[in-house]
Amino acid sequence: MKRAAFARNRIAFALFWAAVLVFPALAPNPYIVNLGVFWLINLILLASLNLLMGYGGQISLSHAAFFGLGAYISGVLSAKFGVSPWLGALAAIVASAAIAALIALPTLRLKGHYLAMATLGFNAVVSVLFVEMRGLTGGPNGLTNVPSLELFGFSLAGDVRFFYFAWIVTGVVIVLILNLLDSRMGRALRALSTSEVAAESMGVPVFRYKVQLFVLTAAMAAVAGCLYVHHINFASPETFDFMASVMMLVVVALGGTGTFWGPFLAALVYVGLPEVLHAFEGFEVLLFGASLVVVLLFFPSGLAGLLRLRPRRSRPETPPRAAAVVRLSERRP
Amino acid sequence: MDYASVILQLALSGLATGGIYALVALGFNIVFRSTDAINFAQGEWVMAGGMIAAFLYQAAGLPLWTVVPIGALAVVALGAASERLAVHPLTSPGPMLITLITIGVAIATKAAVMLTLGKAPAGLPAFAGSAPVHIGNAAIPPQALWVLLTMALVMVASHFFFERTLLGKAMRAAAADREAAALVGINVGSMVTRAFMIAAGVGALAGIVVTPITMTSFNAGTFLGFKGFSAAMLGGLGNPYGALVGGVLLGLLESLSAGLISSAYKDAVAFVVLLFILFVRPDGLLGRAGVSRV
Repeated sequence: MKRAAFARNRIAFALFWAAVLVFPALAPNPYIVNLGVFWLINLILLASLNLLMGYGGQISLSHAAFFGLGAYISGVLSAKFGVSPWLGALAAIVASAAIAALIALPTLRLKGHYLAMATLGFNAVVSVLFVEMRGLTGGPNGLTNVPSLELFGFSLAGDVRFFYFAWIVTGVVIVLILNLLDSRMGRALRALSTSEVAAESMGVPVFRYKVQLFVLTAAMAAVAGCLYVHHINFASPETFDFMASVMMLVVVALGGTGTFWGPFLAALVYVGLPEVLHAFEGFEVLLFGASLVVVLLFFPSGLAGLLRLRPRRSRPETPPRAAAVVRLSERRP
Repeated sequence: MDYASVILQLALSGLATGGIYALVALGFNIVFRSTDAINFAQGEWVMAGGMIAAFLYQAAGLPLWTVVPIGALAVVALGAASERLAVHPLTSPGPMLITLITIGVAIATKAAVMLTLGKAPAGLPAFAGSAPVHIGNAAIPPQALWVLLTMALVMVASHFFFERTLLGKAMRAAAADREAAALVGINVGSMVTRAFMIAAGVGALAGIVVTPITMTSFNAGTFLGFKGFSAAMLGGLGNPYGALVGGVLLGLLESLSAGLISSAYKDAVAFVVLLFILFVRPDGLLGRAGVSRV
């Protein structure tokens, strides 16, 4: 992307984000506002995963684990130890980032499917801990009685109030992502996602950037976890299991991997589609699976392609990025 | 029981679980070899095999020995249909895209089984009675021996198929180099369909032989697929003997850590070991270090 493209995205985002602000006023009932909150939380998750996967080229299947670590650490600290939710959230984000750094050091030396497998294994271990550390987490029944957020005596509980709070947090995360993509690191990431060897030989410290990116996106997922747990006041282990990580990956691809607007559409589909499919009672899961297949068959590079009204200038046709990402070293048996 | 017998007992039950994982892993490997993609529907085919066989036995009243081939063939048809409808129409079939599509296929398959065969768990009687077979001081249910026998037969058959038959060789050729295979007259597209069919059949057999031991239900597939995928990774993706080694090793690891450390944390222990192996040998136990072209 060129500078002009970044400037365009910034302006478009600012306008769009201002428009989102009127959503609670237009929503017919609190349930719809609540869906809006979930859209915002999922937007953080999917935009950060897109940053890691779409721009950085690293396939991670542990995003749900960091989402869960954020939710559980903040939730347990505030529900079981009476720590202020703000401090708890801060601790959760810092701890998740630290765990991500520990995991990243050995894991990011792996490539392709093996990176996916290692992160999947980490997600599996974290899931087991959520279920088995019953004394702290409430086990399979979930963590209950998580307090809501409160700011100087002003409660942020309730769908509309929390919507505005999540709007601010999500907006900050997206601006951070925009700035990062426009920075030296952003350019380095695009270089290394195309070819790590080429980037390395041009003097890009590939491994260091990959670790930084992994830690940063894990912290973003933890932010989403904190929002989630203090909004619904509850956390259940299966929300954060490896299937959740797999689903996030699919949905990011559905929106359009490596595109700025992809995650916005992806979050909309992820939150909205099940609501629409409710009408087909009993068949909703079947239709959900079938619609995933159909969308990927017809829009293999994601829904964001639909938004691109004019053809990209001065750029040769690039192969679908998603396909390039996982291309393993060519093996010849 | 003395310590040695406990270990023997744990090893035997781990071996039986490992046999199932190895079969599921073999299915992953067959599809991986021909498409470079991870087939997330593999676990659902294992579940579908068990569910269809149990339905045919219980509701349709067919004799036990007929439900094994009928169940397996039904899932082979399912595999063929999945490939033809969801993968075949792709104009530029990249590995990542196929992987993502199989996730959709897996979700739809699971839902379809739930809608047609119900949510209740289903079982089958053991193939040859349930009196345990004693080996030393340890005992093993006879069905576990059927699992191991099936695993051995399928492994030998797949070795023979891929090494000795024309179709097997054609499939390997198509997997190695699509263009070159097409140039010598191999229909590459239909080879991918065949790979999905064989993988579905192998998975279904695994699901049917394990159902008498563990029962099955519409939501059992995700877990089995996850374990099979891990086993395939552990052994080295795409390597058929890796599936055997990885599956048996994962089964043993789980069983021993459940028996000797903690049953609640057995999955965690097994995965920590798995991660460790991956860090030491990033291409799996039997994988060769890949040479990447720049």
